[in-house]
Amino acid sequence: MNRFAYVEARLSPNESFVSRDNKVKIYDGDQKTDFEDGEVVLTTHRLFWGRPGEIARAAVTLCLPLSYVISVSEETTASNFFGRKTRIIMHLHPPASDKGPGPLDTSRATHIKLSGKNGLSVEFHSALRETLNARVWEILLTSETIINGVASSPTSEPANDRLARIQKRTGIGGIERHLQAKAKATDENIALAFQDLSVLMAMAKDMVEVSKTISSKIREQKGEISDDETVRFKSYLMSLGIDDPVTRDNFTSNSAYFSSLARQICEMLLDPIEEQGGMMSLADVYCRVNRARGLELLSPEDLLHACEQLSGPIRLRSFPSGARVLQLDSHDDDLIAVDTLEKVEAAESLAVEELAKQLGISLLLAKERLLVAERLGKVCRDESVEGLRFYPNLLLGRD
Amino acid sequence: MAEYPWPWQYNFPPFFTLQPHEETRQQQLEVWADLFLKYLKDKNRFSLSIGDQNSPLFHNESLKRRLSPEFVLTILGELERTGHANPLDKRRQEWQVYWFTLEDYGNMVYDWVQVTGQTNTICTLYEIASNEENSHLGFYGVDEAVLLSALRLLEEKGRCELIEMDGSHGVKFF
Repeated sequence: MNRFAYVEARLSPNESFVSRDNKVKIYDGDQKTDFEDGEVVLTTHRLFWGRPGEIARAAVTLCLPLSYVISVSEETTASNFFGRKTRIIMHLHPPASDKGPGPLDTSRATHIKLSGKNGLSVEFHSALRETLNARVWEILLTSETIINGVASSPTSEPANDRLARIQKRTGIGGIERHLQAKAKATDENIALAFQDLSVLMAMAKDMVEVSKTISSKIREQKGEISDDETVRFKSYLMSLGIDDPVTRDNFTSNSAYFSSLARQICEMLLDPIEEQGGMMSLADVYCRVNRARGLELLSPEDLLHACEQLSGPIRLRSFPSGARVLQLDSHDDDLIAVDTLEKVEAAESLAVEELAKQLGISLLLAKERLLVAERLGKVCRDESVEGLRFYPNLLLGRD
Repeated sequence: MAEYPWPWQYNFPPFFTLQPHEETRQQQLEVWADLFLKYLKDKNRFSLSIGDQNSPLFHNESLKRRLSPEFVLTILGELERTGHANPLDKRRQEWQVYWFTLEDYGNMVYDWVQVTGQTNTICTLYEIASNEENSHLGFYGVDEAVLLSALRLLEEKGRCELIEMDGSHGVKFF
C-alpha cells in the first residue's frame, strides 16, 4: 500500500487510457483499508484509484505506477450475493526512494489486492494482464534515455513508432481505436460511392435528353438517314424507355394516376405479353415496366394498384395458388389446358421444369398452366419422392 | 401363386396420388375401392391393416409408387360409406373389409336357412361358413368374425338369436 502516491489524475504524454472498473476496494496485503467503493482506471503506465467522480475531475487520487508490479494473480472468494467473486492480487517491488507522499508511509505487505462487491470485471482483469505484458512504461524509459543520450538522433523515431504501434494495439482502448478508424474509413467510402451515384444520376438525365433530341432530329431529317436505319434506331430508343412516363406529380388524385398508369402499362406490355404466350408474371411485369421508365421508377405497390385498374385487353389475374399474372383477355383457360395436354401427351409425362424449358416460360407460369389443365381434368398429377409430374388424365378418359 | 391380374391403372403412376380434381378423384377412388375388394376376395382375406406398407396392394414395387396411409384411409372410408368395410380400432388402423355388405351376407344366410329348412335349429358358425355343400354360395369361406357381425345385424331384426358357448358361437334362426 505504501507504493501508492498522491498524484493528479491526468494522462502524461504517450500515456493512454486502457480500462476502468467501479466499486473497487483496495487491500493492503490482506488487510482491508478505508479505500472502498472507488473507481479504478488503468492506463498504459499507471493504475489510479479515486472516490467516484474524482478521476473524472482530474483531482488528486491514489496512483500506482505499473512498473512496481512484479506479477498478478487472483483469488476466488465467496461473494455475498452471487456465488463467487474474483480478487486481483498484485505483487509489488519495494517502494522507490524518490516516491512522492502517499496514503501510507510504511507497510510490511508486499502485495495489494483489488476487490469489489462482486469482484472485478473480466474485461478489466484481462486488460490489466495485457497492459502488464506490453510493458509500455519501459519503452518510454528507454526512448527517453536514448533521446537524452543522443540528442535529436534519428534512432529515436523507430522506437517512437514502435511505441505508437504498441499503444495502438494495447487493450480495449486499442480495439476501440481500431474500430473507430475502421468506421471512419467506411464512412468515407460510402460518401465517395454516393458522390459517384449522384454524378451518374446527373449524367443519366443528360443521356435521356440526348436520346430525346436525337429522336426529334431523326423525325425532322428523315431524308438524310435511310429509312431502315431510322426504324432501327427508333426501335433502340423504344426499348430504352418510354418517352413520357406517367408520374404521380402530374396527378392530384390517386385513382386518376393509377388509371392512366394502367393505360400506359397496357400499351407497353401488349406486344411482349402476346409474345410470351398470353401471360406474364407480375415480377416480369415489374422489371419490364421499370426498365422502360428508366429514371421514374415505380414502386411495387403502385404497379400493383395500376394493374388492378387494368380493364382493357390485359387483365390482372390471381391464381388459386396465389400467383398473380397479367393475362390477355383473349387468353382462355380451355385453350391453355388443351395446349398443355398436347405437350404432356407428346412427352408421356412432364414435370413443371420440363414444361418451362419447352415453352421458354418461367417455372411459375409453367406450373400455373399445368394446374389450369389439372383443374379442367385434362391432366393428373403424380407426387412421389422423385417430385411432381403430370400425366394425361387417363383416370377419367379411359374405360 | 400367380400374379394378381392388376387393372391397368395399377401401372399408371398418378393412380397412387390422390387427385385434387373432383371428378377425377371420384373416379380414382371408385377404381381403388373396387380393386381393394377384388384383391382381398382373390386372396380370401377379410382384414386389412393400414400399417402393412409392403402389401402389393399398397405398393407397386416395379413402379416405385406407394399409397400413403392417408390415401388408404380415404379409400377405406369410401368402402365404409358403401358398407363394405368397418374399422376395428379407434385409431382406424385395422379394418374389416368384405365383398358383400353385412346386410347382404345376413340375407344370404337367412335365405339359405329358409331353403334348407333349418329354422329353429341351432347351427355353429363353422357349419354355415365352411359347409362344403355351400361352396356355390356367396358366404362360403367367409371370415367368422365377419359372419358374426352379419348375424348380429340379423339378430337386431329378430330373425335369429346368437348363443355363446365355450367361446364359440352358435345361432338359432327363426
